[in-house]
Amino acid sequence: MAGIVSFGAYVPLHRLSKETDGWTASGERATANFDEDSLTMATAAALDCLQGLDRKQVDGLFFASTSSPYHEKEVAPLIATACDLREDIRTADFTSSLRAGTTALQAALDAVKAGSARNILVTTAEMRTAQPRSDTEAAMGDGAAAFLVGSDGVVAEVEMAFSLAHEIQDIWRSEGDAYMRTWEDRFIMDEGYFRSMMAAGQEVLKRAGVGAQDIARAAIYAPDSRRLTDISRRLGLDESTQVPAAILQQVGNTGTALAPMMLVAALEEAAPDQRLMVLNYGQGADALILRTTSALSQNGSRRGLKGHLGSKRVMPSYQQFLRWRGLLDVSPAARRPPLPVPSASAMYREQEQNIRFYGVKCRRCGTPQYPIQRVCAVCRTKDEFDPYRFSDKRATLFTYSMDYLGPTLDPPLVVSIIDFEGGGRSLIMMTDRDINEVKPGIPLELSFRLLHVVEGIHNYYWKCLPVRAS
Amino acid sequence: MQGIRDRVAIVGMGCTKFGEHWDKSANDLIVDSFYEAIEDAGISPGDIQAAWIGTNSSGRRGSMLAYPLKLDYIPVTRVENACATGTDAMRNACYAVAAGIYDLVLVTGVEKLKDSGYAGLPLYPEVTTSQTDPPCPAPVQFALAATRYFHHYGLSFEEGKRILAQIAVKNHHNGTMSPKAHFHREITVEQAMKAPMVAWPLGLFDCCGVSDGSASAIIVRADLAPSFRKDYVLVKGLGIACGAREAQTRSDYDFVHFEENVRAAQSAYREAGIEDPRKEIAVAEVHDCFTITELIIYEDLGFSPRGGGPADVEAGTFTLEGEVAVNSDGGLKCFGHPIGASGIRMMYEVYKQLQGKADKRQLKEPRLGITHNLGGHPGWFTSAVSVLGRAD
Repeated sequence: MAGIVSFGAYVPLHRLSKETDGWTASGERATANFDEDSLTMATAAALDCLQGLDRKQVDGLFFASTSSPYHEKEVAPLIATACDLREDIRTADFTSSLRAGTTALQAALDAVKAGSARNILVTTAEMRTAQPRSDTEAAMGDGAAAFLVGSDGVVAEVEMAFSLAHEIQDIWRSEGDAYMRTWEDRFIMDEGYFRSMMAAGQEVLKRAGVGAQDIARAAIYAPDSRRLTDISRRLGLDESTQVPAAILQQVGNTGTALAPMMLVAALEEAAPDQRLMVLNYGQGADALILRTTSALSQNGSRRGLKGHLGSKRVMPSYQQFLRWRGLLDVSPAARRPPLPVPSASAMYREQEQNIRFYGVKCRRCGTPQYPIQRVCAVCRTKDEFDPYRFSDKRATLFTYSMDYLGPTLDPPLVVSIIDFEGGGRSLIMMTDRDINEVKPGIPLELSFRLLHVVEGIHNYYWKCLPVRAS
Repeated sequence: MQGIRDRVAIVGMGCTKFGEHWDKSANDLIVDSFYEAIEDAGISPGDIQAAWIGTNSSGRRGSMLAYPLKLDYIPVTRVENACATGTDAMRNACYAVAAGIYDLVLVTGVEKLKDSGYAGLPLYPEVTTSQTDPPCPAPVQFALAATRYFHHYGLSFEEGKRILAQIAVKNHHNGTMSPKAHFHREITVEQAMKAPMVAWPLGLFDCCGVSDGSASAIIVRADLAPSFRKDYVLVKGLGIACGAREAQTRSDYDFVHFEENVRAAQSAYREAGIEDPRKEIAVAEVHDCFTITELIIYEDLGFSPRGGGPADVEAGTFTLEGEVAVNSDGGLKCFGHPIGASGIRMMYEVYKQLQGKADKRQLKEPRLGITHNLGGHPGWFTSAVSVLGRAD
């Protein structure tokens, strides 16, 4: 039976919390760094999900988010490239709906069931910007989850799926709107959220022939903890044991990624042969009943949600958050020329080294090198190389500089020279760093990040960061 | 290989004041350094048979020199080789004369940096790329070396900064005696150490200034030189070495020495017959774009043993009274670095020192001096060394 073969998650390192100067909301909110967006977080979750698996066996990649960096341009192929998947795969972006994550999951299940793909990687992420000081901002967080859907080595089979569509003007964002708009709260909750979720939840239980008491854990979208408690009770679920609200409290409402992240949390806690429920909302609802298998315990090498939640850094001030989101336009430290426009043809030509982060390994002397060379930097042999992937290699810091005048939303800009395990060196920017911990010799890992946006071109590349504890 | 030693001579030089010339264009600066040089050589513009113009970003084509000077349809070549641009223009001019193609040529370097409106160096018109390289202005690049030098030799941040500060203090002191320098102010070690950070660990006083300027030289065949003046200066050696980006591709690149410097110095010293640079060289104008660069240069150019730079700094080895006067005119630290002009400005100082015309900073009878430039990024440098000597 088709189901989830592997799962992964990503939670950004930074938190708005009660120790953050100027932040007054309760609980903690995971906050993407200035160089992260839904695409980079979806990539991170996808790579987490693929840990230990052969990336070349993946037949498709679906991306789901309401905060895709582009209105027009499918980004799934870029994520697939960063994940070093094959080119002959099926890709799609599922957007515009908070339900897009489960819609993508169901589409992947259908493709696998129909035999049009052996497996499909579904990755979903959200980084929405809310109006400063609004209730929405106080509730929102950033994060991502990913699932490999297939029929071999399934850790959770999908027993039943049910969807309903429900037209209502509750939450929307039109072309040119910087922030989402909503109608009056009581109307959209009663006539939108609760009506759809109750109908879908009850129907999927009925069709699966199970009761609420048979569900070990449920992953239920809710705009906040209070509503999660409410919907759980209405469905007959015990919110403390069956529907943990930890993600809403520690990460925030991650929109499209919320129910998927809750499903990852449920899978991390679940034992084999347990029933899980997924209930997701957005102009209707998606509901799924899954049953874990004995393969579940083998899903252990990923950071997942637990691993990511294990490391965090509190942001010193709300002002820094506003600066990272571009909501507070701060004068640069030095007057410098505008950023040059990246050349689309150069980006296209260099995607092997810039996006897949491949270098070469010399067949003569065995030296791995980045970027891709024609003549070996060590033995000077011409054109005798094998492709060599650096994106999954750990590295150590050889030397670094901290540029206090450089073009960054988070000065100082740390520029580093790193040596990869197994050989190879690179000049690369460092992110997610505490400048007090940066010194020669520290262990590093790589992360796919957004460098800059010039003329609407979102230019992505890899950065290093101190290895994140998990 | 015959080499360049004693085959060509400098018979005239000119150099503008370096600084913020809000009232002068690159053309004005070219005219000023050129006329000082031909007056010094006692020639007229029509005597010049060919010319080389060195500039990084202040113009293109040989005509950028022909136009302000109204040269009479002679061949002019524009040279660009990063911070070694001026020295490489000189090298090409010297080779043309040594080859016997011309008897008398002009070499001019110029840079007008202060019209860009931006702090630091302007961005050069690079080849269009995917723009994924980290933004690495010069302070960042050299800070990478400073961080590693401190780490490699076990210097604490304070110890390292104190050594670097002493280099800045020395050059600022020398600059007070250079009327053509941009800055003429003494600074203290404490001031230098406490200055605002630019690219950690390099602070404001670890960095050279940004200036406009031009310098020119008249080169002739050595056997013709005595007919121009008695105190002409002979070119003894010219070396240039270019790195192949080793710092970014090879893990054995150590960031505590720059191989380009070592190779350029070796080839220039070989031509000049220098065996013990610390003993034989009286004055060295070196590329102190940052204090850490000068520290590493002491070791790369054979003045100090590896890791011995800091001890020599403490001992005052490179002051005007020391064993090798380094940056006797104040260096890039006080002149700033109008890129195309710097190499020839350095030769101007050595030329004046060898002639005994260096005023308050005059060394006692120097016979041999060198200039050194270093441009680009670690492992990706152009390094140039020239050796100049008295004729007698």
